[in-house]
Amino acid sequence: MIPRYQTVLFVILLVASVVMGAVLWQLRNRDRQRLLEVENSLPTQAPEAAPEQQATLYVANDADGSVAAEVFSLPLPQNPNERARAILGKLLDLYAAPGSTHPVPGGDASIAHVFLLPAADGNPAATPSGATPSTENRAPSGPELAVVDLTRSFAANHPSGLETETLTILSICATLHANLPRITQVRFLVDGQPCATLAGHADLTRTYLTGETASTAAADR
Amino acid sequence: MRRSTRLLAVLIAAAVSLPSTAQAQSASSQAPPAPPARFVVVLDAAHGGSDPGARIGGLPEKTITLALSVRLRSLLSARGISVVTTRESDVTLSSERRAEIANHADAQACLSLHASMTGSGVHLFVSSLAPAQPVRFEPWNAAQAAWVLRSMALEGALNSALRHAGLTVTLGRTLLPIIDNISCPAVAVEVAPDDESGRASTQAAAASLDDPGYQARVAQALAAALVEWRSEGASQGEDIGADQP
Ligand SMILES: [Zn+2]
Repeated sequence: MIPRYQTVLFVILLVASVVMGAVLWQLRNRDRQRLLEVENSLPTQAPEAAPEQQATLYVANDADGSVAAEVFSLPLPQNPNERARAILGKLLDLYAAPGSTHPVPGGDASIAHVFLLPAADGNPAATPSGATPSTENRAPSGPELAVVDLTRSFAANHPSGLETETLTILSICATLHANLPRITQVRFLVDGQPCATLAGHADLTRTYLTGETASTAAADR
Repeated sequence: MRRSTRLLAVLIAAAVSLPSTAQAQSASSQAPPAPPARFVVVLDAAHGGSDPGARIGGLPEKTITLALSVRLRSLLSARGISVVTTRESDVTLSSERRAEIANHADAQACLSLHASMTGSGVHLFVSSLAPAQPVRFEPWNAAQAAWVLRSMALEGALNSALRHAGLTVTLGRTLLPIIDNISCPAVAVEVAPDDESGRASTQAAAASLDDPGYQARVAQALAAALVEWRSEGASQGEDIGADQP
């Protein structure tokens, strides 16, 4: 015969474990609900794939020192900064590809950022170096200055020479102006800092005028 | 610090340009025929010292540019042309200092010599500054603007001599501090590998740049162009270094 106190203890333990089980079930349900709510509050739409559009790239050729227009189809975001970045990324991908007419390693990843700012009036050479990127107070239709921030590794691995460095600068400037005609001036930074030259030759302390670069392309001469 | 050096450089440039204009004015006021002006060429072996320039095979660009400068200097001296060089040894020189040397020389031509592994033949570059009328106090970093048209004429003379020697020539415009700061006809000359070897292999390309035969061909063509440039100036009966067209 089981003693009475043991029966009572058994019943108490049974009730306790049932109650604990119920509480755990409740807690689990509540957390699950909370998690689902968080998930629901996140945007359900996947980031829209930018539609494929045509872009004119000015592709450099070391053999004859020319920069020639070629049309490519690529996904282009609506935002002008992202658009400029995507176009330059495609240009540098061409240069990094095997059999390139202007071989430069790095490709798309070499463009850290592209910022468009309202172009300064007057003498562009007087533009202070290291303009702080800002999208505030942008004139909706005025001429724009593109600040192209290149990565340190792109500059470090760029072949050194007057022709090759000049062609890289010319093709970037001409490509920006061809696709975003409001870009009339271009400045270059390396890892966010002003830099004296690209790889020992081409002057990066200046503001390049895109109209000037189009007319100075060797192909025109 | 940097700004004050620039200011000093502007003052020096102004000081240099004043006597030269005075000289030009006195020359034009004299009765013809004008006495033959001293013909001076500035040779700038680019890079040097802590700035090795491009890597060409096992050699730094600075060594090749110095060798070319020395070779060209003796060819020009042999033809009775006075030569001023920016460096004769492996020393570090700022582009401001190089321009200062060039501007002090009161030269009729300045060649900034480079070498590169990309492309082939010889690349000639003139400043892409927009041509401007000469002014009394020109901005230090845009002194070349007043000389761009003369520089393009010099580039034309170099181009035809190099082509005549069977070399491939590529013409371009660029913004290069040393050239932009010079007040005389100035061209940057970049020697790239020989046409055929450039396409064969990297080693062959580097070897061709280091080849004395190829260097001699380029130097002789450049010297011939400068002799032509001197006679062109003499036949025009003017001091081509001091006057604008
Ligand atoms: Zn060089």
